[in-house]
Amino acid sequence: MRKKEKKKGREVSKSESRRAVKRFGRKGKSCGFHCIKIKHIGVRIGTEEILKDVNLHIHCGNLTAVIGRNGAGKSTLLKAILGELPHEGEIVFTDLRTVGWSQEEAVQEANRLEDTGRERIEQPEKIEGLRIGYVPQSLSIDKNTPISVYDLLAGYVSRRPVFLWKSKRTEEEIREQLSIFEAEGLMEKAVCDLSGGELQRVLLALATMPPPHLLVLDEPAAGIDQKGIAALYEILNRIKEEYDMAVLLVSHDLEYVKKYADRVVLLDKTVLIQGTAKTVFESEAYQQVFGRG
Amino acid sequence: METIYRIIETLLPFSWAQYDFMKNALLAILVLTPLFGLLGTLIVSNRMAFFSDALGHSTLTGIGIGVLLGIADAGLAMAVFGVCFALLLNWIRRRNSISNDTVISVFSSLSTAAGLMILSKGGEFSKYSGLLVGDVLSITPGEILLLLGILVAAAVFWCLCFNQLHAISISAELARSRGIRTGWYENVLAVLLALIVMCSIKWVGILLINALLILPAASARNLASNEREYHLFSLLISVFSGVSGLIFSFYNDVAAGPTIVVVAAMFFFATLAVKPRVK
Repeated sequence: MRKKEKKKGREVSKSESRRAVKRFGRKGKSCGFHCIKIKHIGVRIGTEEILKDVNLHIHCGNLTAVIGRNGAGKSTLLKAILGELPHEGEIVFTDLRTVGWSQEEAVQEANRLEDTGRERIEQPEKIEGLRIGYVPQSLSIDKNTPISVYDLLAGYVSRRPVFLWKSKRTEEEIREQLSIFEAEGLMEKAVCDLSGGELQRVLLALATMPPPHLLVLDEPAAGIDQKGIAALYEILNRIKEEYDMAVLLVSHDLEYVKKYADRVVLLDKTVLIQGTAKTVFESEAYQQVFGRG
Repeated sequence: METIYRIIETLLPFSWAQYDFMKNALLAILVLTPLFGLLGTLIVSNRMAFFSDALGHSTLTGIGIGVLLGIADAGLAMAVFGVCFALLLNWIRRRNSISNDTVISVFSSLSTAAGLMILSKGGEFSKYSGLLVGDVLSITPGEILLLLGILVAAAVFWCLCFNQLHAISISAELARSRGIRTGWYENVLAVLLALIVMCSIKWVGILLINALLILPAASARNLASNEREYHLFSLLISVFSGVSGLIFSFYNDVAAGPTIVVVAAMFFFATLAVKPRVK
């Protein structure tokens, strides 16, 4: 289970504080002042150890790609983060919006720091629940299932039961959200008839409604053609910057990972190496897992 | 009740509508069929067809336990047993890696066999054989009111919990990631289903109840492309099959329950035939 942690007395640097002040006013977007630490995650299924002492630091506004051979525990790690699997260790989420600052207070605090010239402040840290947006690889619905894209999204974001007449407001909100992912034309289409790429865009629209702190994607490119994969990574690249969102994905598309990932994690039961794409792709561990070439 | 009877006689000046038992049966059908049409949508979407069938069969054990314990009200014994049966079945399905079909089949077979064993003691099973096909013509006004209460309760439940159950039917994993307590909602749906099956089995019959739950929704899926159409078509097909089956059975002197099922099944094949043109 995910554990929450309360710590006091964390120090916040002046530059971090200024950056937070800038972002407090951005309506509907993540604060950009949070981090997610995955500490000592271990997963056992029966007697088999699937993951051992996995430590990650996921940054907002960054795309972190988890790569590794088949059976390395990549999807298990995502399931542990989602709370689907019991695990050792903890996931710590820090969000400084929740320390109780109003925008006004934050501006005053920044001014005070400027006036006094202090570099660091003592700031109590409060941990609130980490909001995760999850994009599964596929959905378990049969062909012939009468669920439209509107139904899928409205079922999550509206209180009105989806079997009743549509709410104009919800319809407009959903259309707007879908348009971010170039999927507004799919609103009335049945979910079971969507192509792999269309489904991923719709699921992304759902996962970011409202914007989460962490967006988790499980092999989003599986079953999508090359053109679709490129479009998907372009969208991910755009939303991580626009929403200042932390994106964590499991991927086999090493070319795209190399091009788009800010951080790469090479996993094989535990983290073999993590860092920039260049660091990981040129490492000895990478060569051992994937071979040269 | 007299006022309702008079309204029926005025609106439906047909020979079948002159009998009180037919008027009662019509009212019961007008309450039961929307209830089944509504429930069927989620049963089919959540792939619970076999589950509801097992619940129907478990009524035999429910009655058997009632007889053994000397409980005069068979309905109460069935309801309590049905709820326990549904929750236990859900619990085992979640905790084991055995396939759903297998677990449900084991439960269904056991509950049918145990029920038959208890009820056949002393060669008295014929007393309960009416339960197999049910008899909607024997329903009383008080019992219709009870069914109406259940319909209202189910409609309220649907309005409050449908979005969550709909999300679970699409992907339980995705639903959990959005904070929906999937186990809780699945249990509540199973309990509601158990109570409705137990309360209506006497009128519809163990052998037919699942057909009435599944067929309207299965037909509606062949025509609908969203949840609103799905519910509307399921309700309409359910009510139309119920009423037309009842009238047809009266004029042909056959049992009402099986006739309704045959009409509903004809709807299924008709919708299957037109599906390529409408979807």
